[in-house]
Amino acid sequence: MLIKLTGGTVYDPASGIDGQQQDIYIRDGRIVAPPTDGAPVDREYDLRGKVVMSGAIDMHTHIGGGKGNIARTLLPEDHRMDPVPRTHITRSGNGHAMPSTYVAGYRYAEMGYTAGFEPAVLPINARQAHMEMGDMPILDKGGYVLMGSDDFLLRMMTANKDQKAINDYVAWTLQAAKGIGIKVVNAGGINAFKFNQRKLDLDEQNAYYNVTPRQILQTLARAVQEIGLTHPLHVHGCNLGVPGNVDTTLNTIQGVEGLPMHLTHIQFHSYGTEGDFKFSSGAAQIAEAINSNPNITADVGQILFGQTVTASGDNMRQHANHRFASPNKWVCMDIECDAGCGVVPFKYKDQNFVNALQWAIGLEIFLLVEDPWRIFLTTDHPNGAPFTSYPHLIRLLMDRSFRNDMLATIHPEAQKMTTLASIEREYSFNEIAIMTRAGAARIIGLKDRGALSAGNWADITVYTENADRQAMFTKPDYVFKDGELVVKDGQVVKVTWGTTHIVKPEYDLSIENDLKPYFDKYLTMKLGNFKISDDEISEDGRGSLTAHPLRGAA
Amino acid sequence: MTEITEIPSPFCGIGTDDLAIQVDGVSLKVSTNGCAINTPAFEQPIADTNPRVSGQAASLDAAVAKAAQLLRDTSQPVIGGCATDVNGMRALLALADKTGAVVDNINFPAARRNLLALQDSGWMNTTLAELKNRCDLLLIVGADLEAFAPRFFERYLWNQEAMFLDDTANREIIYLGKAPSGNASTSPSGRQATVHCCSDSDLPDVTAALSALIKGRLLQAQSVAGIAISDLQAIADKLKAARYSVVLWGAAALSYDHAELTVQAICNIVRDINLQDTRCSGFPLGGKEGDQTANQVCGWTTGYPARVNFARGYPEYDPFLYDSQAMVNNGEADALLWVQAFNSNARPQKSDLPTIVVGRSGMKFDKEPDVFIPVGTPGIDHPGHAYRLDNVVAIRLKKLRDSGLPSTAEVLSAIEQAL
Repeated sequence: MLIKLTGGTVYDPASGIDGQQQDIYIRDGRIVAPPTDGAPVDREYDLRGKVVMSGAIDMHTHIGGGKGNIARTLLPEDHRMDPVPRTHITRSGNGHAMPSTYVAGYRYAEMGYTAGFEPAVLPINARQAHMEMGDMPILDKGGYVLMGSDDFLLRMMTANKDQKAINDYVAWTLQAAKGIGIKVVNAGGINAFKFNQRKLDLDEQNAYYNVTPRQILQTLARAVQEIGLTHPLHVHGCNLGVPGNVDTTLNTIQGVEGLPMHLTHIQFHSYGTEGDFKFSSGAAQIAEAINSNPNITADVGQILFGQTVTASGDNMRQHANHRFASPNKWVCMDIECDAGCGVVPFKYKDQNFVNALQWAIGLEIFLLVEDPWRIFLTTDHPNGAPFTSYPHLIRLLMDRSFRNDMLATIHPEAQKMTTLASIEREYSFNEIAIMTRAGAARIIGLKDRGALSAGNWADITVYTENADRQAMFTKPDYVFKDGELVVKDGQVVKVTWGTTHIVKPEYDLSIENDLKPYFDKYLTMKLGNFKISDDEISEDGRGSLTAHPLRGAA
Repeated sequence: MTEITEIPSPFCGIGTDDLAIQVDGVSLKVSTNGCAINTPAFEQPIADTNPRVSGQAASLDAAVAKAAQLLRDTSQPVIGGCATDVNGMRALLALADKTGAVVDNINFPAARRNLLALQDSGWMNTTLAELKNRCDLLLIVGADLEAFAPRFFERYLWNQEAMFLDDTANREIIYLGKAPSGNASTSPSGRQATVHCCSDSDLPDVTAALSALIKGRLLQAQSVAGIAISDLQAIADKLKAARYSVVLWGAAALSYDHAELTVQAICNIVRDINLQDTRCSGFPLGGKEGDQTANQVCGWTTGYPARVNFARGYPEYDPFLYDSQAMVNNGEADALLWVQAFNSNARPQKSDLPTIVVGRSGMKFDKEPDVFIPVGTPGIDHPGHAYRLDNVVAIRLKKLRDSGLPSTAEVLSAIEQAL
């Protein structure tokens, strides 16, 4: 079937197209060149006057894995406020802070998103992450595998194993857990918490292993580079949420010594200690550091006001933050000599000085980082806010007067501590398309996604332009996933199943000579049972795997 | 005959995956690492392979059609048991969504004690590998651990090597409440567990006293439920002095009113110790025969653990109201679907409702259900996934034989399609 999207105003930054009117053709799920063989168009959509972008990609969103289910179980009261009835084509569920999987898939699609990436896949919990994401309709998905607090790596580092052996272990883990990138959370800190360390700064040693977060970051960043992963090491830094952590973050940027590094939810790592409340914005310094270090990318982790729940692998920091839990209940877990998790409900309030300044800091970073290819639109769902707040966030970025109206309503002392009012920048459609589409696909290493040129998969979102950008981005006219119309007028009209994006880096099989006895002696599962097989993803008939080439490969 | 090794068990909850089983046609014999729980569960012979409708042999298609007919136009069907693998639970929830059914896991009354504590205040817990490598003090509250899981001590405490302990035999084991039924808790070097007995019904008082001592409160009483306060003080001191203590409880064993408050007291003890500058973690027992699987899959599908009602077109959670047993007894349901793929002895309650059983081959009934469809057991007759008791690890179940029995998921999906 040949589908023609006629006359839309196209924003396709990957192809250098910035608001030009053009037709798009779709055949067999992919975008194709205008047919020259006179083939008839089977279906035509008149998109004249409408804005066309590729499907949006959330490169950091907690949509799969055990901590999400803990968060769900912890907050029945939050679900009760947002029940989602079944329809003749969609399943029922619940929404708001941590929606059920089906609802998350529908809601993402209804906002024009066609892919989401879970950034904290604990290897031992990877099966669950994939099973949850497997129950998330429409979206493509994938995960970054969490390392850096696993005892095997720290033992290797203490034993001064060479980088090649570590690379083999990292590649082995990626394959076993079926990920597309490597994530590190509070490098070594989750592990240190198990030895009763309550904080771990960049150059502080693990009490048992004598390695520092800086060494772990360098080792893993090098592994990612040498294995050839496209996605840089995905780093949740030390000292999340700690006033003064801007210094740690700047130090981390320097510490990685020019290797590619992605700093995630950087808003939570950009705090100074100035002012009466000993809490201030480090956004300008962070933005300057990003601007001047081309190896660094970041996503923001914007907070937005209201009830949410924070779900993190960083149980060291989550334990420290439990006193802010609202409602007052929280979960921390140590997990399988692999990692940990902490789940703490939060209610961000615009009249709370710290929360209000956090809000401003995130926006400052968005607006002060110059290159939209290196900054990404996230709320660190659900940590900063549920992903359903993205259209509101887009309006804050695109509409200065709206932003300043909102600024005028927050805690007055926070208003005094931010330079937000003086920042004139308004994001353009092209820049929004970069940070939510083209840039995201590029940094994750997705071939054939995030662009509208011939050969790409036809993930396409069509909006009616509206001066109220929130309204515009809340309800696309059409969303196509792999060429199929899945959303019309903001409502799911067809349920499809996306693919799971992975990489398959090679490794020296002899790494299993070390891993097998480690599993037998210390862990609770046999090595063979730990590895996730392809059929686990595909056996239910819905899932599939899409392996992407490594960097430098064809 | 072939031997399959490194087989994971869905029966014991503790995730043993080192079983070896000899397969001879459809008969199985556990040759290595069997136990009182796993061996009979694996070795149980296949009894019936044919579905029955009104007690008469029927084809699978006919049984599915009859089941769909019984569920069609019901106002409040209930789906009880919910003992299956991840795919089985996925299909069960799809069917419940379509029919507006109540979904109720067989062991929810026990799990509820944990869930109420979790949903009121949360907890700090750990998983088996951490326990295996770190735990230097294990406090067991109100549970007979070795009866629950015969291999727990051998596998996770008396392991030859641990990463962070010089000698695992030096671990200290303390029982509070129930005495152990055997001597698995005695270390290989002969170190015995300390046992402070009290009746189950006294555990609320005992845990409250221990909680007060952890907080540093002075107690005027000299003893509580026959346990000297000085003994409880000694436990408190040891918990504070340990490097990584674990407090373990089994919600199923706490079968008295408002046992959730005891669970909460235990969880608060753990949290208080962590606020006093040492590490301690909780560890709830549970998770046999798909309990955690039901709660996990229901959790991501609906947002709630596995006692929900879809009658209004969306899932509603009430840990008391949607008790399938009570609903059947009280005449609040108009059809019963019982799903139990692991245990042929776990049968539905007797009722006059139209009853469909999707159960492990060999299930015997006092009253023949309208439809019985024998299904394969996950991890024996078909591959699948099941959650371990620590709720983090989903184990990959293997297919061991060709029995021709359909999976729960296949049967429930077929019923859903036929509606």
